[in-house]
Amino acid sequence: MTISREDVLRVAELAQLELTPEEAELYRGQLDEILNYIGKLQKLDVTNVEPMTQMSFNSAEAAASSSASPREGEPDLREDKLRPCNIADAVLEQAPDAAKPFFRVPKVIER
Amino acid sequence: MSAATTWTVASIQTALRAKKVSAREIATEFYANIDRRNPDINAYLTLSRERAFAQADRVDVATACGEKLGPLAGVPIAVKDVISTAGVRTTCGSKILETYVPPYDATAVARLEKAGAVILGKTNCDEFAMGSSNENSAYGPVRNPVAMDRVPGGSSGGSAAAVAAGMAVAALGTDTGGSIRQPGACCGVPAMMPTYGRVSRYGLIAFASSLDRIGPFATNVADTAAIMSVIAGHDENDATSAAVPSPDYAAGIEQAIQGLRIGVPEEYFGEGIDSQVKEKVLAGIALLEKLGCKRVSLKMPHTEYAIATYYIVATAEASSNLARYDGVRYGLRVPGATLIDMYRKTRERGFGAEVKRRLMLGTYALSSGYYDAYYLRAQKVRALIARDFTEAFQKVDAIVTPTAPTPAFKLGEKTSDPLQMYLADIYTVTGSLAGIPGISVPCGVTKEKLPIGMQILGPHFSESRVLQLARAFEKAGGFTI
Repeated sequence: MTISREDVLRVAELAQLELTPEEAELYRGQLDEILNYIGKLQKLDVTNVEPMTQMSFNSAEAAASSSASPREGEPDLREDKLRPCNIADAVLEQAPDAAKPFFRVPKVIER
Repeated sequence: MSAATTWTVASIQTALRAKKVSAREIATEFYANIDRRNPDINAYLTLSRERAFAQADRVDVATACGEKLGPLAGVPIAVKDVISTAGVRTTCGSKILETYVPPYDATAVARLEKAGAVILGKTNCDEFAMGSSNENSAYGPVRNPVAMDRVPGGSSGGSAAAVAAGMAVAALGTDTGGSIRQPGACCGVPAMMPTYGRVSRYGLIAFASSLDRIGPFATNVADTAAIMSVIAGHDENDATSAAVPSPDYAAGIEQAIQGLRIGVPEEYFGEGIDSQVKEKVLAGIALLEKLGCKRVSLKMPHTEYAIATYYIVATAEASSNLARYDGVRYGLRVPGATLIDMYRKTRERGFGAEVKRRLMLGTYALSSGYYDAYYLRAQKVRALIARDFTEAFQKVDAIVTPTAPTPAFKLGEKTSDPLQMYLADIYTVTGSLAGIPGISVPCGVTKEKLPIGMQILGPHFSESRVLQLARAFEKAGGFTI
């Protein structure tokens, strides 16, 4: 058994999920099976392998497979310029409890 | 089958320009078909009639005034419900966003409309695009129009079913581990996942940011290319969109494929594959050889680790991305005594079982003490899987495999066994992890008349070549092999 009931409850707390006892038991069994399957990754030798932390492109490869050549250098960052964005009201309309221009939530100071 | 199923991008352009039909008439025809078929199929969650007819009228006015029409003028298109549409409800197939109405359009949607397309509505999908059967939607499963007791695949099941049932000429879906290609295979329609970064994700509600992509479904390869030509290209609103010029895919579609080397990796034809799927895909490869391609046998040794790698990387990213659903700014709020209490009650009630399962798995993989063993290791194995492809593409121009190990399965068949469901993506997650483009094209049917999909993968930014192979295959009768 890879994952215990305590593990499940601890992870649920970290993920801000409030599980019922039945859910906790169901997920324990299913996560255990999934983690056992995922355990096959431990068999591979990954010494000296750099982790792939994000998708990045070799521009030579892009040039080879596209008719035009890509712009050099990445990531492609835009100029840091202020742009008007007048959607505050539209955004607040979607809020479950808005007191314009704020979102209202239960008190957090006194705990 | 209604007449609505026979329209294509090209036939609509011809008919509109010849004034044989109006955009409003075409939209009306499609809505009539939706009204008739959607109650059984459940492909659409929300219809945007008002917006669609306003757009159709704009196209008709432009036609009447003799203005130049866009390349998708009057083309009815469905959009997966994880892609934002201003003023049109966008649920992600989740109860937590049941009433959410985005204040802005995704770039892909804006580009479609700018090209004249008519957005008919939003399609059903697995909750937050997490699933391979569309059964994880909070709004009920989608039925496969080809076989109503079967799943349409997932997570873009509604988009695939809408196109397959003639309820749209084309559709947008999203692919994170196979969610465009696999439902395309299940429903028997072409379905393309572009290169990571090729299509802007501005306005796409995130699941796993290093994997998510937007791409098209259509009934033929030329239409797929026509949609790609419109949605592809750099967007300054998406920092992950690539500053690489995108060619006119539709214009280059008929280019010859003679002499192209196609790789066939043995790992994609091993244990677990349905014998009829194997037979048809091998027949498809033989057809490509007959068309002048050279077949090259490949070994891609890290293929068997792809599902394990994917379910760590994708769930870890999801656990971070879905932290935003906390009842504060949008969507569902379940009141609680404290802020934390409110978060937990909201998420407990708002998320379905598969989303919770994946958030737990991802949180576990990132948690203290497990990070190195799971997340870091998965990122390293991901690099090895990507390297398999880089090495393969030094020997071949494209790779051809089955899209999925089996045809569409029965509704309910895999819902109690999450791991079995995950294995439906065994041939598609590899391309997702490597960031390369791929298309699933129909490749005949089983004895039970269930569609089979063949996947064509190419190097980064090689969509033109992938589409040319798909088109040549289609033209030679490959779809009904």
